[in-house]
Amino acid sequence: MRIHVDSEKCQGHNRCYALAPELFDVDDYGNAVVIGDGEVSPELEEKARLALANCPEFAITITD
Amino acid sequence: MTSYSTPESIYGPVSDWATDFDHGDPEYNRHAHAIWTELRGTCPVAHSDRYGGTWLPVTHEHVREIAYDTENFTSRAVVVSTVVPEDPAPIGGAPPITSDPPFHHEARRLVLPPFSPKKIAEWEPEIRRLCNELLDKMEAGAKGGLTVDAAIEYAQHIPVNVIARMLGFPLEDDDLFREFVHDILENINGDPEERIRSFERIDAYLKAQIDDHVANPRDDLTGYLIDVELGGEKLPHEMVGGFILLLLVAGIDTTWSAIGSSLWHLATHESDRRRLVNEPDLMATAIEEFLRAYAPVTMARLVAKDHDFHGCPMKKDEWVLLPFPAANLDPAEFENADQVIIDRAENRHAAFGLGIHRCLGSNLARLELHVAVEEFIKRFPDFELAHGEEGVVWSVGQIRGPRQLPVRVLSA
Repeated sequence: MRIHVDSEKCQGHNRCYALAPELFDVDDYGNAVVIGDGEVSPELEEKARLALANCPEFAITITD
Repeated sequence: MTSYSTPESIYGPVSDWATDFDHGDPEYNRHAHAIWTELRGTCPVAHSDRYGGTWLPVTHEHVREIAYDTENFTSRAVVVSTVVPEDPAPIGGAPPITSDPPFHHEARRLVLPPFSPKKIAEWEPEIRRLCNELLDKMEAGAKGGLTVDAAIEYAQHIPVNVIARMLGFPLEDDDLFREFVHDILENINGDPEERIRSFERIDAYLKAQIDDHVANPRDDLTGYLIDVELGGEKLPHEMVGGFILLLLVAGIDTTWSAIGSSLWHLATHESDRRRLVNEPDLMATAIEEFLRAYAPVTMARLVAKDHDFHGCPMKKDEWVLLPFPAANLDPAEFENADQVIIDRAENRHAAFGLGIHRCLGSNLARLELHVAVEEFIKRFPDFELAHGEEGVVWSVGQIRGPRQLPVRVLSA
């Protein structure tokens, strides 16, 4: 599983950072960045899905 | 303590909410949820002749569409009132909230860094200390069966103090800030002359604070705004004043409303309160649900040009309200939308807006809200409304929250 943040859509609500700080970091402007290459280890898959479901801007996508 | 009086609308009572609504009527905030549910059935956007013509979308889909459309809807004025400000787009009177693209992007970037989550997290100990100081006073002022006003003695003091500290403004002026906020946000359907005078009073105060910061530089948010550069140049002091006004107004009424509404919920929902006392780790999730269900902020736009919006003939310079709380309660978007479910896992609510004007202060608001509610129920795990719903006074206007919230603390 791999997570992606569309930086055009991200408005810095920071839900992803709050729910899955192992997967998402924020820059100095509060915009989300994926940690590493976005690869999600099995024990974090649920958090990744939760982050996607809680982004008001639909900025997060998940690919295999 | 400033006494609270509900202003009368100059337009008189509302005859029909679908064609003559008035968000400035005290009934609106009192019965907001029911009104939105009723209006969702009418098609498709409510209209009123008040304030020179106002539209009210109530579905998530429409609110979202308008929030994203900066071509047809300008942010140059965002508080609906009897006076349309003259400040032109794309800057408006209080950038960046009143700004449109392309100016908006750079103006907003200036103010983003101090409000990023990592910077805001540094304020947690101070907020916690402040909450406990307020709670100590409330407890100490008890006479017998403890009744306190969670809005007046608690919620209203928290954001005021934090923002004043961030700005480096005198803490003894916090009563004055609350008056400013009342003037701007609540006295919307009063006498236009009076309204203009209120703005002049605020401008004079802000100028004095800015001048003092220039004469005596210090390391705070006001100092940051005075020194920061936009396009290689420092900001004119008028713009600094505009930013600060935005931070004062946006940072005070909104957050205290969210704190008050959350405490109102806990006062009236014993099982939720018990659960939060027993499962403190649930607080973060519960806070998001309180934000969804009781989102305090309705924004507004002006129609930028005549156009058809889903069959509605919108005319230039008409107001369009953006009720994010109504969007949050739209059953088309949220399962069991009308139920407050404090462990709701999927909750992409729009309490902080959508699109480029996402609330800049959302991280600070969340932190204040979380700590305020957490500390309150730690100190007073059991409480109820002291005089039932009749004792609760709701605000008037675009920011919805309890202005008086008398609660009776029950002993363990």
